[in-house]
Amino acid sequence: MADIPEHLLKRAEEAKAKAAAKKAAAAGGAPVGEPVAATPNADAEAAASFAEAEASGKIPAHLLARSSAAKAAKAGAGGGAGEEPAAGGGVALLERPGAGAATPSPAGLAQTGGPALVGPAGHTQRLLTVVKAGSIQDVKSTPIDKVSTWPHLLVGEFVASLLCTAFLLVFSTFVRAPLLAQANYNRTPNPSKAPWYFLGLQELLTMFHPMVAGVTIPGMGIFILILAPYTDRNPSNKPEDRKFAIGLFTIFMMFWAVLVVIGSFFRGPGFNFVMPWNKGIFFDF
Amino acid sequence: MATKMTPQQRMTDIADKTQGSQAWNSIFRPGSIFRKGYSDSPRNRSYVIMNSLLYHLHPVKVKRHAVKVSYTLCLGGLSFFLFILLTITGIFLMFFYRPTEAQAWSDIRNLQTGVAFGMLVRNMHRWGAHLMVLTVFLHMARVFYHGAYKAPREFNWVIGVILLTLTLLLSFTGYLLPWDQLALWAVTVGTNMIGYTPVFGRQTRFVLLGSIEIGTNTLLRWYVLHVLLFPFVIVIFMAIHFWRVRKDGGISGPL
Repeated sequence: MADIPEHLLKRAEEAKAKAAAKKAAAAGGAPVGEPVAATPNADAEAAASFAEAEASGKIPAHLLARSSAAKAAKAGAGGGAGEEPAAGGGVALLERPGAGAATPSPAGLAQTGGPALVGPAGHTQRLLTVVKAGSIQDVKSTPIDKVSTWPHLLVGEFVASLLCTAFLLVFSTFVRAPLLAQANYNRTPNPSKAPWYFLGLQELLTMFHPMVAGVTIPGMGIFILILAPYTDRNPSNKPEDRKFAIGLFTIFMMFWAVLVVIGSFFRGPGFNFVMPWNKGIFFDF
Repeated sequence: MATKMTPQQRMTDIADKTQGSQAWNSIFRPGSIFRKGYSDSPRNRSYVIMNSLLYHLHPVKVKRHAVKVSYTLCLGGLSFFLFILLTITGIFLMFFYRPTEAQAWSDIRNLQTGVAFGMLVRNMHRWGAHLMVLTVFLHMARVFYHGAYKAPREFNWVIGVILLTLTLLLSFTGYLLPWDQLALWAVTVGTNMIGYTPVFGRQTRFVLLGSIEIGTNTLLRWYVLHVLLFPFVIVIFMAIHFWRVRKDGGISGPL
């Protein structure tokens, strides 16, 4: 209490007295208070502009009514703001009558706003909106079992990449990449084979027209793959719930794997079917 | 002060001074395991991920089941790692290779015989490429068998199929570059199929080959596609793929 400066206490006292006087005046005279007291004047103004607009016929009536109401409110607020320097501390006291002279701390004094900012029933705050908890944060009832990425995941990734590098290094040390004779347009090797991942398609070439084998079927294959998540409406990811999907996909993969294996190892000169253990392997990576 | 330090003490002293120096601490951000006084705390575990450009592709924490090797078999990560290995070995190969009919094949032969580690790096590039095609295929199979393409991950599966296609294109364009009999005729078989595309098949083939038949133009075009265009495109799609993994709620599962 002792640290409140003398002049502030004095001002608060003055404001208190003034507010009490005003309250008495309001109770006796105008039933609603200052902001509304300003309205007759504003009403006249509004009526004038209203008639003007009516004459020009441009602005809808309800908008004019709204703007005149706003104007009136503004005029009221302006009146309040004019008194503010003197009444600043008083308002805080007025709002909290039980607080006494000790309450107007510097923060309380800093609170601005004349009587016009006080809403119905003396509320100084307005409810703008209600934000439900779930709309900002998705509060999960069941916590997920998690572990730190470092070290648990990164160590695994590091080991995997080391093993991969080591495997590739050792494999490349001992197994040479093929480099056949220089390309020669005049010497067609027999058989001529595509890279291994296209050998399934080349295998289809023996059965279908090139357009079907080389364009339609692989195009359809990619299209079907893309559509997989949109056609599979089963929400479960449990293997026992999706036997059909798994079966279908396994057949799809096996179909290509078998074709690639046949194309790689069982096709000899003229792309004729051969047994690799009889005629040897006609295949290069 | 006057007591002489043993070599071991001197080494630790130097290490401490280095790790405590301003230069060192300006390089390694807080939480780095290379910083002085790194300790294993939840805070530092988070910092390791957050304060690293590379690691922050990962979330700070992952689902426990996602760490099990038996769930992912590391296939997606290995595909990405192989892509990095292929980029590194590929850059090495680019120093010694000219994509013309007259020089391509002899450049590769000289690389194998006359360049230190040339043979090894070429082998690694080739086997790594085949391995990457394989791991990408297996990754796709793994994702399917886990039903990981289901909502909300449908679109990431689509991106994945695009990545598979790009991987095959990268491999196929690289197949021509050694300019040996294997390359020429494998690509002949492949591009003949493209020529059968309805409506604009012959035009597509002509644009791809830069000619009616495979030749120097084809070599240059496929070289540019192989070392520049497809890597550029695949990196963009990989970025989206990895980003979507996190945006779609991390790795799928558990089953």
